[in-house]
Amino acid sequence: MSPPTSVASLESQVLALLVDIAPDVDPAAVRPEQPFRDQFDFDSMDFFNFAAALHQHFGLDIPERDYPQLTSLAGCIAYLRQRLPGGAAP
Amino acid sequence: MPSLGADMEAGTLVEWRIAPGQHVHRGDVVALVETEKGIIDIESFEEGLVERLIVQPGSRVPVGTALAVFAGEAAAPQDAGAAPPQPATAAATAATAGRERAPRASPAARAKAVALGIDLASIPDRGPQGFITLQDVERAAGRPGAAPVAPPTAASRGTVRTAIGAAMSRSKREIPHYYLRLAMDFTAAARWLERYNEARAVPERLLSTVLLIKASARAAGAVLGFNGYFGVNGFEPSQAVHVGVAIALRGGGLVAPAILDANQKPLATIMLELHDLVGRVRSGHMRSGELAAATLTVTSLGEEGVDSLYPIIYPPQVAIIGFGSVLERPWAVAGRVEARPVLNLTLAADHRVSDGRQGAQFLARIRDALLRPEEL
Repeated sequence: MSPPTSVASLESQVLALLVDIAPDVDPAAVRPEQPFRDQFDFDSMDFFNFAAALHQHFGLDIPERDYPQLTSLAGCIAYLRQRLPGGAAP
Repeated sequence: MPSLGADMEAGTLVEWRIAPGQHVHRGDVVALVETEKGIIDIESFEEGLVERLIVQPGSRVPVGTALAVFAGEAAAPQDAGAAPPQPATAAATAATAGRERAPRASPAARAKAVALGIDLASIPDRGPQGFITLQDVERAAGRPGAAPVAPPTAASRGTVRTAIGAAMSRSKREIPHYYLRLAMDFTAAARWLERYNEARAVPERLLSTVLLIKASARAAGAVLGFNGYFGVNGFEPSQAVHVGVAIALRGGGLVAPAILDANQKPLATIMLELHDLVGRVRSGHMRSGELAAATLTVTSLGEEGVDSLYPIIYPPQVAIIGFGSVLERPWAVAGRVEARPVLNLTLAADHRVSDGRQGAQFLARIRDALLRPEEL
């Protein structure tokens, strides 16, 4: 897969992973700044699945200490832009 | 119809996965049954040749109803896809206490009941002769409980709440609970887990719940009085330790399927099974064996910040362990106060089986196991 090049593309990819884990999530209704846990009952296993999905999809090794940055959509995007080679492009 | 927990009174047969003449092995999925908790794969706990199917798809029947007959069983029909070994027997006994499993009935009544897909045990009106007649069966066919219903769709959330309410009311009515709480310094376990996970890619990492499950399972195997069932003959301890794990359903409600023999499994195996279990709970593919198997239950509220929870025992079990969130708290160490990650362990146990003293030993065992995570 080619590296994501825009925030919009990153966002849609992350949302797709999210919906895969929690099929009842409405991607259009996700509030970017609010933690997933507060929006749709995300528990520790959901988060584990989400981190594993990010790891697999983007081919990133994600240390546990970075987990706090991944608890919201905005946090994920910022993290991915910083970690991915082409992620910082507009 | 197997009991898949104390909160289940009836189930709807959705689909047969076997046919007469087919050879069934232990553990094969024989039918799909819809309960308040979703659609469950019913596994056979016996091996044998299917003689006939009694209950028709779409029928809602009470727990204890024979669903099918295996060859050689005609005289006393048993649930083909029924009850996983120990637990369901206990649960089913509790749920259907007082009802005969193979009621006396006239041959015509038996034949009619099979044709209509009615279980004879579900017919309360016995004739003056004390056995079920053809008329009784025909009358029963008109009763709402025995009549076929439309094939079900998704389980309704309202009934999950009702089922939980019924099971918990029964628990509080019948079980004299006592509660204990023990706070522990979780530093050793947290550090161990951190190091373990640091060396592994995301999919191979462990959740702290896995440590809690294993520590509880170890303690349950070592201290008597918390692992097993309370049945008609009092407490029946279980050799095997099947740890029920309370898992939230999306949209409300919870179920507590079991990780079998958790005291003997490596942490990585427990993690895999927990992962698989949570996935199937939420996608609706639980198996009967794991739903009714738990010999004790653990529950944790995750990271919401609640430091202790006081759970209610899930009958016919005799104990439930609660784990609060791990929170940084002042902790006295060698005369000084330090900030430490603190975990509160709570125990709700059945006073008919154990006392606070044993309960304290049990909790202390769990704590001690968590203080030496490398040995788990």
